Amino acid sequence: MANFYTDNPDLKHHLTHPMMRKIVELKERNYTDAEKFDYAPVDFDDAMDNYDKVLDIVGDICANTIAPNAEGVDHEGPSVANGRVTYASGTQVNLDACRKAGLMGMSMPRRLGGLNFPITPYIMAADIVSRADTGFENLWGLQDCAETLYEFGSEEQKQKYIPRVCEGETMSMDLTEPDAGSDLQAVMLKATKKEDGTWVLNGVKRFITNGDSDIHLVLARSEEGTTDGRGLSMFIYDKRNGGVNVRRIENKMGIKGSPTCELTYKNAPAELCGDTRMGLIKYVMALMNGARLGIAAQSVGVSEIAYREALQYARERRQFGKAIIEFPAVAEMITVMKTKLDASRTLLYETARYVDLYKAYEDIAKERSLSGDERKEMKLYKKLADALTPLAKGLTSEYCNQNAYDCIQVHGGSGFMKDYACERIYRDARITSIYEGTTQLQVVAAIRHVTTGTYMTLINGYVEQTVEVRPELADVKSNLVAMTEQYQKAVETVLAVNDQTYTDFMARRLVEMAGNIVMGYLLLLDAQRNEAFTRSAQVYNKMGQAEVAKHADFIANFNIDQLDLYKQA
Amino acid sequence: MSLNIIVLAKQVPDTRNVGKDAMKADGTINRAALPAIFNPEDLNALEQALRLKDANPGSTVTILTMGLPRAAEVIREAIFRGADTGIVLTDRVLGGADTLATSYSLAQAVKKIGNYDIILGGRQAIDGDTAQVGPQIAEKLNIPQVTYAEEILELKDGHVVVKRRLENGVETVKAPLPCVVTVNGSAAECRPRNAKRLMKFKHAVSPSEKAALSPEAQQYVDKRPYLQLKEWGAAFVEADPEQIGLAGSPTKVKNVENVVFTAKENLCLDGKNDGQIEDLIKELITNHTIG
Repeated sequence: MANFYTDNPDLKHHLTHPMMRKIVELKERNYTDAEKFDYAPVDFDDAMDNYDKVLDIVGDICANTIAPNAEGVDHEGPSVANGRVTYASGTQVNLDACRKAGLMGMSMPRRLGGLNFPITPYIMAADIVSRADTGFENLWGLQDCAETLYEFGSEEQKQKYIPRVCEGETMSMDLTEPDAGSDLQAVMLKATKKEDGTWVLNGVKRFITNGDSDIHLVLARSEEGTTDGRGLSMFIYDKRNGGVNVRRIENKMGIKGSPTCELTYKNAPAELCGDTRMGLIKYVMALMNGARLGIAAQSVGVSEIAYREALQYARERRQFGKAIIEFPAVAEMITVMKTKLDASRTLLYETARYVDLYKAYEDIAKERSLSGDERKEMKLYKKLADALTPLAKGLTSEYCNQNAYDCIQVHGGSGFMKDYACERIYRDARITSIYEGTTQLQVVAAIRHVTTGTYMTLINGYVEQTVEVRPELADVKSNLVAMTEQYQKAVETVLAVNDQTYTDFMARRLVEMAGNIVMGYLLLLDAQRNEAFTRSAQVYNKMGQAEVAKHADFIANFNIDQLDLYKQA
Repeated sequence: MSLNIIVLAKQVPDTRNVGKDAMKADGTINRAALPAIFNPEDLNALEQALRLKDANPGSTVTILTMGLPRAAEVIREAIFRGADTGIVLTDRVLGGADTLATSYSLAQAVKKIGNYDIILGGRQAIDGDTAQVGPQIAEKLNIPQVTYAEEILELKDGHVVVKRRLENGVETVKAPLPCVVTVNGSAAECRPRNAKRLMKFKHAVSPSEKAALSPEAQQYVDKRPYLQLKEWGAAFVEADPEQIGLAGSPTKVKNVENVVFTAKENLCLDGKNDGQIEDLIKELITNHTIG
C-alpha cells in the first residue's frame, strides 16, 4: 500500500532528531499519564513509537484517500447556499477519514481528548497532508486554533470546546476584514457587552478560511471609541448558537477545496476568551505564530510534491532518444528542487522543536513554578522560536513557489496543460507566501532578530555542534564560516548608517542571508547525522554561498542616496 | 439491539504487487518475497461489521482468523480499526488445509464462540481466489448465506437485508439471522486505523507472541487483560483430526505451470452484417472468453 510517511525516509530522520528526547520528556511529564490513560506512552521509546505509528496512519490516509481526491476537490470546490457551506464531496470523505483515524486535536492534552503529541510530529503530519492536498491541509490544520484556546481560554472553555475539536469539529480564525488585512489593528467587527454580561458580535469578516466552521476564534473591537490594536479582544463563537452567516465564498486561484468565506455577524452570541484588550497584542499574535508554522509545513509539503512530480516526469519523458533527466539542465533543476526541499524541511523542524520546548515549559508553568534555570531556558527557546518562525514561513513559502515553477518547467508544454498535477501545485503554492503575513511582513518580524543578534546566537550554537565534521563536509563548514563573516559585515554596514528607511530597504536581504546560513548549518548537521543529506548540504552550500555574496555585494555597493531610485510617488 | 458479530479474516501474501521472485521454482508461493497483508475483501467485510456496531451500540466485533501464529497481526490491525477482540486459530495439525478442511476448522471455532448473530467475511482471499470458505462455513453451521454482498441495508427483527453486486446487476435479498454474509471488494472501503486505538492496542499479543517477549513486557501484558488475544488450537475447538489439515483436504495439487496467453487464430469481421456481432458474442461466451 502506498504511504506518504514510509515512502519518505527524510521524515523519520527529522522525527528522530536528538532534541526529541528532551521535548518528549517535558511534554509527557515523566510519563505520568500512563497511569490514567491506556493510550499514553510509558517511556521515551514508547512515545516515539507512537508518533511513528500514528504518522504511518497519516501517510496511509494521505496516499490512499486524500491524494486521490485532490484533483476532484480542485475541480468541484465547495459551494454556499442559505448561508451555509457545503464542502466538495472529496473534502467530506477526507475529513471523515481524519476524524475516524482520530487525527484531530493531535497536540491537545489527553484529559481533553487529544493525543498529547508535541508540535513536531503534529507538524510532520501537516507536511504529509499538504503533499497529498495542499488545500485540505488548511481545513485539517485549523485544529491549530485549539492550541490558542488551550493557552488562553478559561478551564470551562477548554472543557467545553477542546473535546469537540478532538472529536473532529472544525475551527476557523476570523481575523481579516475588508479594511483590515495585514493591518489587523484596523479591525472593526463590533463586540457589545449586554446587560447580563454576555457578548454579541456584529459586522463583517472577509477572506475567512473555513468560515463556516463549528468553532470560531474571532477578533473584535470590544472597546468602543478605540481605533487601534489595544481596543481588540478575542471571542469564541459557537456555530450551534447561530448568528453568523456565510454571504459568499471567494473564487480563488488555488487551494480551491478550502472555502474562503465572507461572514456576516448579526447579534451573534460569543464568549470572551482571556482578557479584553489582549485580543490582538497577545492572543492573535500567538495564534498567528502557530498558523505561520502551519503554513511553513504546508509549504514544505508543496515543495515535496512538486519535486516528486518533476522527478517522475523527468525520468519518464524521453526526447532526443533519452530520458530528459539525463540532460544536465534538467538534472540541475531537479537537484536544486530537492535541495530547496531539504533546506526548507530542516528549517521547519528546527523551528517546530523550539516551539515545542518553550510551549512545554509554558504549560508546565501552569502546574508548578519553574526553577530559575528552567525559566531561563524557556525564555531562550521562545526567543529562538520567535526568530525562526517568520524565517521558516517566509523562506519555505518562497522556495515552494520556486519549486512549483520549476515543476512546470520540467514538464515543458505538458505542464501548461491541465492534464498534470503540476498546474494545480503551482496554483496552490501561490498563496503560501501571502497569507498569515506576506513574505514582506515575515521580514518585518524577522529583522529585529538580525539587529539584536538572535540569528547569531543560533549560528554560534551550530558552530559549536560542528567542530568536527566528516572530511567531505569540511568545505561546507569553512564556507559557512566565511558566509557568516560576510553576513556580520553586511549587518554592521547597514546598522552603521543608522537610518530606519535604509534598514527596512535592506531587511529582506539581511534576513535571507541569515536564512541561507541557518539552513546551511542545519543541512550540515543533517549530513553529519545521516549521509543521505550530504549532497543537499553540499549543493545548498553552493547556492547559499552565491546568495550571500550577492546580497553582500548589493549592500556594499549601495549608497543611501540611491534609495530615491526605488521610491514611487 | 446489541449484536455479536464475527468477522472472518485471513492474512495473505500481497499478490497485487507480484515481482519476479514471487513464485519458487517448484511452483509454490515464495512467502518471503511477498509482504503478509490483511486480505482486502476481509477489510470490506470488517467495515460492514463496524457499521453494524455503530448502528447497534453495545455490539461486539470478534475477528476470527486461521493461520500461522503471526496471523495475530491481522487481529491487531482489525482492532486498530475498531474491532473489539480476536481469536487466532493456529495449530500445526491445521496446516496444509484446503477450503473444505479450512471451513470445517473455522466452523468448529465459530461453534466454540457459540453466541453470534451474523458472520461476515470477504468474498474471497487473494491467494487462493476460491470464494468457497464463507459458503462452506454456512453449510457446516447449517445457516443461510448471502454472497457478493455490497452493503448491509438493514438489520432488525431477526433478519438482514443485503444488497448483492452481481455480474449483471444488483439484487437485494433478505435473510434470517444468524447467517453468513460474504462481502465484495466493491463495498465501502474499511475505515482507517484509529490513532488512540493503535496506541492502546499496539502491544496486544497472542499467547505464543507473548512467550517471546521479555519478562517485563510479559508483565506489562499480564496487567492489561485487553492486550491478551486468544489463540485456539484444533483440540480446543474439538475438531475431528480426520477432517483438518492435510488429512482433511481432498484437494491435491498435481502441478502448477505458467500459462502464457497467445493468440492462436484470428478472425476479421467486416461489420457488414448485424448478425456477426451476435455470433461473435455467442462464440466468446461458448469458449468462456467472456461470461
